[in-house]
Amino acid sequence: HRHSSGAVRVCVCDCREDLWVREGRILDPEKLFFDEQGYADKRVDCGGNIIAPGFIDVQINGGYGIDFSQASEDVSGGISFVGKKILEHGVTSFCPTLVTSPPAVYHKVLPNIKVYNGGPHGAGVLGFHLEGPFISVEKRGAHPEHCLRTFKYGGLQDLMEAYGSLDNVAMVTLAPELAKSQSVVQELCQRGITVSLGHSVANLSQAEEAVQHGASFITHLFNAMLPFHHRDPGIVGLLTSDQIPAGRTVYYGMIADGIHTNPAALRIAHRAHPLGLVLVTDAITAMGLPPGRHTLGQQVIEIQGLHAYVAGTTTLCGSIATMDMCVRHFKHASGCSVEEALEAASLHPAQLLGISNRKGKLDFGSDADLVFLDDALNIQATYISGEEVWRK
Amino acid sequence: MKLIILNDYDQASEWAAKYIRNKILLFKPGADRYFTLGLPTGSTPLGCYKKLIEYYKKGEISFQYVKTFNMDEYVGLPRDHPESYHSFMWNNFFKHIDIKAENTHILDGNAANLQDECQAFEDKIKAAGGIELFVGGIGPDGHIAFNEPGSSLVSRTRVKTLARDTILANARFFDGDLSKVPTMALTVGVGTVMDAKEVMILITGAHKAFALYKAIEEGVNHMWTVSAFQQHPQTVFVCDEDATLELRVKTVKYFKGEAESKTHDAHMDLLKHSGCIESLKLHYGLVDNASLIIAVKTQIVENVDFCIIVC
Repeated sequence: HRHSSGAVRVCVCDCREDLWVREGRILDPEKLFFDEQGYADKRVDCGGNIIAPGFIDVQINGGYGIDFSQASEDVSGGISFVGKKILEHGVTSFCPTLVTSPPAVYHKVLPNIKVYNGGPHGAGVLGFHLEGPFISVEKRGAHPEHCLRTFKYGGLQDLMEAYGSLDNVAMVTLAPELAKSQSVVQELCQRGITVSLGHSVANLSQAEEAVQHGASFITHLFNAMLPFHHRDPGIVGLLTSDQIPAGRTVYYGMIADGIHTNPAALRIAHRAHPLGLVLVTDAITAMGLPPGRHTLGQQVIEIQGLHAYVAGTTTLCGSIATMDMCVRHFKHASGCSVEEALEAASLHPAQLLGISNRKGKLDFGSDADLVFLDDALNIQATYISGEEVWRK
Repeated sequence: MKLIILNDYDQASEWAAKYIRNKILLFKPGADRYFTLGLPTGSTPLGCYKKLIEYYKKGEISFQYVKTFNMDEYVGLPRDHPESYHSFMWNNFFKHIDIKAENTHILDGNAANLQDECQAFEDKIKAAGGIELFVGGIGPDGHIAFNEPGSSLVSRTRVKTLARDTILANARFFDGDLSKVPTMALTVGVGTVMDAKEVMILITGAHKAFALYKAIEEGVNHMWTVSAFQQHPQTVFVCDEDATLELRVKTVKYFKGEAESKTHDAHMDLLKHSGCIESLKLHYGLVDNASLIIAVKTQIVENVDFCIIVC
């Protein structure tokens, strides 16, 4: 009797290549064959679908009526609820995002969630993305002005006063032109927290200085920052800056919903720096809900079709496009290949967060977080750790 | 010796694959009766492997009861190196078919004691009852496996130092860096292959033409080790037109003519051999060694009711 090797063999595109999974990780079948004389215990025929690494959303504010920035009674329940729903969009890991909020909200919300792996219960949480409150007043967008803060000390104390805790925080968005911000950037990077530049009126040198201190991301490129100017490209200039330290990449988030960025602008960014493009949804509470009025942070918003505005204005306050919609739109608008479109939603965010050794790839040893897609890039099934967690 | 000449590489590959398929089917392998197959690596057999994989996918053949013994492996190359022969066999054959890992045998170039490894390989072949069909290729210098010019024609599985020519030829697989190319290999001996019940040598391409000439039109010579198979009772050389470029026209004409006449005779023999039977019976036969006849016979009839020729 052969002992079970525990291996599952997932067949891809006309068996052009098979993917092997064991104990939640992608397995090297050659090793299994020669070392263990093993073969598959279970075969899954995915009928010619594309298999890609599961999508990673590093900027999502809520959805389906849940607002991550609200200090509700059941914070973890809300995050789990959204985490379960976004499996349908191919998202297997995400960073719940909190917009600028008063300290009380951070102190209440942050302790509720630990970083955890995904599974049948929903997508995994990689840590919070704290977008604000250390941002520019002119470029606050939908963030409430009365909650904005500046750096008094230029260090950890500012962060602890605002947030209460940095545990389980994956990313912080801040404006680097704020006084004393550079030392804060360093402080955060030393703790392994990704620093992102956004909601800012910084010029290119201020942005470059922040990158030299460790900043590595741009929050929703083009939105909430100074427009590109040929004598001072501002934050946008980071895409082609020659001041980036060797061996480092500056990544940039793009909301490819067809609304937040004109397709021509998307193409300019993509062509200038294709390897840094990270698709984000920046999805808000109303994502997944019908048209009407809903609450986001401390403000009220209004849905009209695929647009979400600050109620009573024409200021966009976030997107309601899903991640798979963004992937399809990005491919269509940029004319890029299927692989590039999928990498922008999986590999690049994993590289940004420094977790590409286990996520965002289909390498042997990576977590088996997968998404099956048809040729039009519609999600057919989602897997986490080798287990099917959603099927169309 | 049989010399089968096909028009091009693809046809030669297909012919060879069918031959292997048909041999396995006719053998009717089972749990107590494995078909033992000797296998080569390199670019020549790739087309043949692709075809065999196709036949497996179509359900025409199973490798469940087939045991394989590869000819050689580099010494000192990590097993998962993309250029190791383990990787070659996995990627080009094993991973696409239903063969069991324990039925595959490839020399371990990283064994602690290389001599013991070679002896163990010979023992395994013996334990498996010998090799039914050994498939091999030929180097431009007429070598079979890594039995370089000068190798004993009665040699057994052993460690060999590679010839300079071979190392240079292999450099292209190691980024052109000669220092990265393995200098030694474990290989079955000429004698080991001669022990097989049947031997099939694949030779395609003009660059192999001179070696083919030396192998079959000149004498048995340890400088062209494939020539040893002139003394094997059952050898077939499968080649394309380009590989015959150095042969005498007379040789080529002889073998091409032989193939044609054999087809007709074999066909007639098979039909005459039918006989009378009471019940439905499937009968496998070979026509020109590349087409398989499945003759279905039903009750009390002298002749075959219908004949399916699978080409």
